[in-house]
Amino acid sequence: MKIGAPLVSIKTRATLPNRWDALALLLVLGVLVFLAEASSGALQPLATVQSAPISLDPTHLPLYAARTTLRMLLAMGLSLVFTFTYATLAAKSRRAERILIPLLDILQSVPILGFISITVVFFMSLAPGRVLGAEFAAVFAIFTSQAWNMAFSFYQSLRTVPVELAEAAQSFHLSPWRRFWRLDAPFATPALIWNMMMSMSGGWFFVVASEAITVGNTTVTLPGIGSYIALAIQKQDMAAILWAIGAMLVVILAYDQVLFRPLVAWSDRFRFEQQAQASAPRSWVLTILRRSRLVAWTTASLAVLWRSGRPATARQISRSSPTRFADAWFDWLWTVVTVVVAVGLVWEIVRFVLSALTFADVGTAFEAGLVTMVRVLVLIALASVVWVPIGIWVGIRPEIARVVQPVAQIAAAFPANLLFPIAVSGIMAFHLNANVWLSPLMILGTQWYILFNVIAGASALPTELRDVGTNLRVRGLLWWRKIGIPAVLPFYVTGAITASGGSWNASIVSEVASWGNEHLQATGLGAYIATATNAGDFHRVVLGIAVMSFFVVVINRAFWRPFYWYAERRFRLG
Amino acid sequence: MQSTELLHVHAVRQSFPKPDGSQLLVLDGVELDLAEGEIVGLLGRSGSGKSTLLRLIAGLARPVSGEVSYLGQPVNGPANGIAMVFQGFALFPWLTVLQNVQLGLEALGLPAAEQRQRALAAIDLIGLDGFESAYPRELSGGMRQRVGFARALVVHPNILLMDEPFSALDVLTAETLRSDFLDLWAEGDMPIKGVILVTHNVEEAVLMCDRVLVFSANPGRITSEIKVDLTQPRARLDPAFRAVVERIYVEMTTRQTAGEAAKARNERFPGSGIGTVLPRVSTNVLSGLIEAVAGPPYLGKADLPVIAGSLQMEVDDLFRAGETLQMLRFAELAAGDIRLTEVGKRYVDAEVDERKRLFARQLISYVPLVAHIRRVLDERPTHAAPRSRFFDELEDHMTTESAEQTMRAAISWGRYAEIYAYDDDSQMFSLENPA
Repeated sequence: MKIGAPLVSIKTRATLPNRWDALALLLVLGVLVFLAEASSGALQPLATVQSAPISLDPTHLPLYAARTTLRMLLAMGLSLVFTFTYATLAAKSRRAERILIPLLDILQSVPILGFISITVVFFMSLAPGRVLGAEFAAVFAIFTSQAWNMAFSFYQSLRTVPVELAEAAQSFHLSPWRRFWRLDAPFATPALIWNMMMSMSGGWFFVVASEAITVGNTTVTLPGIGSYIALAIQKQDMAAILWAIGAMLVVILAYDQVLFRPLVAWSDRFRFEQQAQASAPRSWVLTILRRSRLVAWTTASLAVLWRSGRPATARQISRSSPTRFADAWFDWLWTVVTVVVAVGLVWEIVRFVLSALTFADVGTAFEAGLVTMVRVLVLIALASVVWVPIGIWVGIRPEIARVVQPVAQIAAAFPANLLFPIAVSGIMAFHLNANVWLSPLMILGTQWYILFNVIAGASALPTELRDVGTNLRVRGLLWWRKIGIPAVLPFYVTGAITASGGSWNASIVSEVASWGNEHLQATGLGAYIATATNAGDFHRVVLGIAVMSFFVVVINRAFWRPFYWYAERRFRLG
Repeated sequence: MQSTELLHVHAVRQSFPKPDGSQLLVLDGVELDLAEGEIVGLLGRSGSGKSTLLRLIAGLARPVSGEVSYLGQPVNGPANGIAMVFQGFALFPWLTVLQNVQLGLEALGLPAAEQRQRALAAIDLIGLDGFESAYPRELSGGMRQRVGFARALVVHPNILLMDEPFSALDVLTAETLRSDFLDLWAEGDMPIKGVILVTHNVEEAVLMCDRVLVFSANPGRITSEIKVDLTQPRARLDPAFRAVVERIYVEMTTRQTAGEAAKARNERFPGSGIGTVLPRVSTNVLSGLIEAVAGPPYLGKADLPVIAGSLQMEVDDLFRAGETLQMLRFAELAAGDIRLTEVGKRYVDAEVDERKRLFARQLISYVPLVAHIRRVLDERPTHAAPRSRFFDELEDHMTTESAEQTMRAAISWGRYAEIYAYDDDSQMFSLENPA
């Protein structure tokens, strides 16, 4: 079991934000402001957009599940296209890299659920048929949940292609196009596939959330599992909710078996380590495909066509260094352009926010942000107290870990928002305090990242080290302090970072909940954004998103990143 | 010479469950005593169960039957007074040298001041002064193993168990550590009273041990005991030293032929010869060894310890390659020698294609699994068969790991001899030449 890299924003050592980070933040907010302004005008037709009425009949579920899956696939395709272009550009051009990479970092921290509302209205205003626009918006939302870490992983791989392979490619005069498909892309594949898996498991949450959206008076319902469950909540139909949960589980398992297992097994051949792995990953689907002559013939001929093609567009973008004079001049021009863009963006954002909001509103948003921050930190701490000991206990018992690990991974992929109604109906039935009891929903889906990372860490503890402990009779608290916990710390931090980021996002759907006509609301930034979305108040939505991005970026830089590098430096085995 | 008995191992038997539910016997009827002031070596090939025995003595595992007793008391778990040094050093990367050494004392619950004082004394003794605050990753392999020694010695054990402690080090470093250890041992500076050393290096065993127990594999048994009565320090080039080394090689080759015969007897069912576990030996090593034996100064017959030295091969690798040649009838191993057969000599003189033909012929004749795969491929109209078809058959006879290893050997030898082709993507054997 390999565990991939943590979030984008952690992988570089630098702690202090630089001017490029600031510019990136401005760019992202600027685009949001632009979208929000464009959307405000489009909000006039107060109709309900629906391609076909949703039915709670379980026989329709397979079709809905298929539609949901199709959206996921489309978004994955888009994310791949984005990855190949954006990351390649960032890796090959020094100037582009300076802005593109901080931009990824900021994009990663923006709460996706917050701006679904804005993009829905925007895309609907673009597309003549309203439903198509809504579909675009849903796919775009999933795309934004998947693309960033994939692009970052690809960029990292491209930057770390072994020098000797690059030199070999050079000495054989490979064209840039051939080099990309013969060297860069294969070398980056294993890490990319791992990140695709992580993206996919995060994506289910957003596809479910983006299928039924209410913005102001406009309600958008796209056929899918998400809208099915939204209707079930409205009708308080618990049986339908259970059906939906079952259907989702089947879809995720099928995805795992049919798509990702084969991909992981296939990508194993691209691992650069020369020595053979003890147990190479296997997949029955892949084995069937590989034994099929038809498949072999088709893929082989396609591959030949693909690699030999030399499109005129694929010209070399090299890290060229022309004359020093021209270079300095270009740098100067580049700086001027960025300063002008930055000033313009600041002006635009301030104008937009202040046109309807006062500084008091900003204060309110920050207060709500503090409440949500406390919630996230407390929950991560609670989940850690529970899952770290369990994860270690499981991890050092290989026969148990073999069973638990895949279950934890499926649990992490399962969109927890499907389970919310069950919890919410319980909170209502017992009249519990929403501020306290809605909180666990935030971590319902994300706590599994902690568990499966800790399991992976504990199973990576070499037998010899465990034998030393036994031989020296290190037991009880001393064992946990000196052996168990240090061994999993780097893995735990990776898991906790993912869980924390996911929880901020989830707060937007979990701090406000409803069951039929009853509504529950907790205090917090998530509720702030959700309420503003329902009211169609784009100014507050943008403010809420900006404040949340700010919180996430600051917490990542000030806390998680130093913690990650500390754990990595001190506790990484080998 | 015999004084107090530190350790007594009696009729120990150990086995692990196989995938089909039956038991794989790894140790059988092992008897061992360790007296005060003794260094006993356990010498054998990898897989002969000597490390398993060491784990049983350390109390890290329990035998299926038989008993291990330490100072008259049965060992039922990690005993106070038995410490271990590991092949891979086994240092905790997040603890400094001092903290690593202190760990065992902390487990004993000693007062902090005493922990520190004893740990510093051990560090001083083993020559790690000045490295107390270093992390393991900052140290070279030799320094790391010194920490391993200090950590074991600091708890003042009576018995020190060493599991191939020098095999992960380069030749020079290993030699320095060995002689430093022997110096400390001779001067009585260490608290230990007896040592058990697991090794697969014959010279190391003769250099360090008072007694050497030679292990056979499948299942692990002690086949002979050789006393080493040379005075310390011992010199490798001393004729008496060479004589002991030669004697151990003879022991190991004789036993092997006996084991071979026993194996042949077990395979009385026709066609079940595919149950032989094949070693992982590259065809390059095989032909390299044939050529080395054929060339001067050996001219077809070589003394194993001598050729091991000149080819810089570990005894493990040498025996593995030698036995494979014996299995293919390219050479014979006997009385510590390797001698080429007629076929072996023909192989040396042949060109590439003729060599492959010879290799293919011997494989088909003497490796039932290869012959079996070829036969199945010939019989099938498609001339193709999945790996799993043969793998499942192998698993009836051996553990999954052995089956994995055997399969790899069969694939790589068969490919070299061009008996069949194999495609790893589809996991299919075939008679086609790859496109």
